[in-house]
Amino acid sequence: MRHLLSTRDLDRATAVGILDVAEDMADVAHREIKKLPTLRGKTVINLFFEDSTRTRTSFELAAKRLSADLITFSAKGSSVSKGESLKDTAQTLAAMGADAVVIRHSASGAAQTLARSGWIDAAVLNAGDGTHEHPTQALLDAFTMRRRLHGSASRGKDLDGLRVTIVGDILHSRVARSNVWLLQALGATVNLIAPATLLPVDTSGWPATIGFDLDTAIDDDPDVIMMLRIQSERMNAAFFPNAREYSRQWGLDDERLARLRPDTMVMHPGPMNRGLEISANAADSARSTVLEQVANGVSIRMAVLYLLLSGSVKP
Amino acid sequence: MSETNPTLLVVGAVLPNGSRTDILVEGGRILRTGTGLTAAGATVIDADGLTALPGLVDLHTHLREPGFEQSETVLTGSRAAALGGFTAVHAMANTSPVADTAGVVEQVASLGVRHGYATVRPIGAVTVGLEGQRLSEIGAMAQSRAKVSVFSDDGKCVHDALLMRRALEYVKTFDGVIAQHAQEPRLTEGAQMNEGALSGELGLAGWPAVAEESIIARDVLLAEHVGARLHICHVSTAGSVDVIRWAKARGIQVTAEATPHHLLLTEDLVRSYDSRYKVNPPLRRSEDVLALREGLADGTIDIVATDHAPHPVEAKECAWAEAAFGMVGLESALSVVQAAVVDSGQLGWADVARVLSAAPAAIGRLSGYAAPFAEGTIANFTLYDPAVRRSFGLEHLAGKGVNTPYLDLELPGRVVATIHDGYATVLDGALVDSSVVAASAVAASALVATRAAVARG
Repeated sequence: MRHLLSTRDLDRATAVGILDVAEDMADVAHREIKKLPTLRGKTVINLFFEDSTRTRTSFELAAKRLSADLITFSAKGSSVSKGESLKDTAQTLAAMGADAVVIRHSASGAAQTLARSGWIDAAVLNAGDGTHEHPTQALLDAFTMRRRLHGSASRGKDLDGLRVTIVGDILHSRVARSNVWLLQALGATVNLIAPATLLPVDTSGWPATIGFDLDTAIDDDPDVIMMLRIQSERMNAAFFPNAREYSRQWGLDDERLARLRPDTMVMHPGPMNRGLEISANAADSARSTVLEQVANGVSIRMAVLYLLLSGSVKP
Repeated sequence: MSETNPTLLVVGAVLPNGSRTDILVEGGRILRTGTGLTAAGATVIDADGLTALPGLVDLHTHLREPGFEQSETVLTGSRAAALGGFTAVHAMANTSPVADTAGVVEQVASLGVRHGYATVRPIGAVTVGLEGQRLSEIGAMAQSRAKVSVFSDDGKCVHDALLMRRALEYVKTFDGVIAQHAQEPRLTEGAQMNEGALSGELGLAGWPAVAEESIIARDVLLAEHVGARLHICHVSTAGSVDVIRWAKARGIQVTAEATPHHLLLTEDLVRSYDSRYKVNPPLRRSEDVLALREGLADGTIDIVATDHAPHPVEAKECAWAEAAFGMVGLESALSVVQAAVVDSGQLGWADVARVLSAAPAAIGRLSGYAAPFAEGTIANFTLYDPAVRRSFGLEHLAGKGVNTPYLDLELPGRVVATIHDGYATVLDGALVDSSVVAASAVAASALVATRAAVARG
């Protein structure tokens, strides 16, 4: 693997391989010394053009646990906010000897542009590009699902036959896009639920079924229900009338939660709007995987950094 | 006293109608056509195997001067035009200052005359500062030395319905035409590419076809209501072609243009996130490309215009959403038209002469292009070799912009020579030196002045 830009080009074997390496990385978290010497001497640069405390911290922790040298470069208050271009910023950091660049950017395709432009030689890891993809999020989601299903016997397994329902702002969600492609590669089926205003106009090419009604989707008894965050700016742009109506129609409230099987996984990529797309009970219930997702995020990011920077299969 | 330009003898060219002829150019005009012509002391151009086309006329060029000289100037843009076979270009109004007063349009026109590579016809802004609030001084621009007859806020849509109605009515007074950039602004806020299956997958905000089609539908009805001329810039969707076809069948005075890139390229290129493919209106589906070609062949689309939009390198070396919209197109236009509609058999060379010369000249009220190759007319033509193929490269560009979508693409054809007002601007496939062209332009205008004096007696 040279770069990780999207999940769309990951096949089953590659995806399962990443998840298996992440299992090894997860074991490290349970050791007394949570650190591997694997990436000693390698330099990882976190290049965050967009604020994201969670993802940035997760990548920082992942790089540190692998003993890489890490620099985090946030756009706010830096030369980027003074108008420096992606090209100049990336080349500046590359000149400092970066082996991998983890990039978060508000523009869709920014990671691909960085990887294909010839501006830098470093491995590029997409940590979220606009409304396009967020591949490590989908990988950690799949990892979480697999662990809930198979526990310590997860290695080598995919998600064959798993029925996943994703609810919310599909149109603007990089998490949804990355999940749709990855879940299909792993053999799961995906059902997307949203008001028509928050779906792309043409999803005929997506390996997913589309619906508008959350109650019908819950009656279909999904194995996983993933709630997406509603951004406050959507409420002012006529995507739906107001938060109350959205919550009533597409929120996972206590009544809907009660209709789910006890072992249905309730997922959320965070940060959550409690009381809007997900009730407090749903977020804190035994079905909820929210905190597992956060913990697994570090393992997945360790796995991806390891695979990009060392190239071999076993740590 | 200035020198007169040399007599030119073009030997063995094939005209758009397929006939073979020599062309003798003297005193700025086509003196004679026919076979076996001779002229002592003439510069002979061997045109064996070459197609002679009337001088191409671009109705939609961004020359960027004044104000954006880092992107293009009248000199560099008209050199690009000459290398593409053009002898006249219409310069869009979105300069800085905006071409919304007689002073600016006269300055642009006079720069064109001084450099001499092509006739530069300024387009005037419809509204002051392109702001869509108040009409600009359309009368003053029409009656200026630049004789503006095309008015456009291109880059922005005249979206206020009442203002558009008034603009259409008002330009009637001066036999002008409104060239509309059809883009409903609210439907395209933040838009990055054609809205459809691919935009959803790539996570790029969509530019829906309906945002173009709804404005065209409104404007053809307004043009009908007030009996005015309307021109639609860069038509890009199959639905737009349908609306215009319907409007023409009703007898509405509407004309329409398609760009070379919309006739050849599709949105699939955007998958690379390579910002050279970012253009407004965006590249569309292959169904749209085919509908545009069909519309051009059946006359629904009247002309091909380049929308030549040069940008400095840094405006494209960035993430897709941050990149500027636009492609350069003058140098490649004829080759792309050949690739898209001539080699497919949809257009013959006589049609190409119509859509790239006579028709745009008629819309822009540019005289001298109605009867190409007639004896006694001003000599504006280009010699084109349709038989060669070349891998399109930076060396084939002459303007300042290198934002071409055709790099490394194999394209047919090559402009071998361009004759503007009776003198060469391109010979042997290369631009004639700018000082020579400028001197030729002085000699050509001196000749016009002498003729006028003789006519006055």
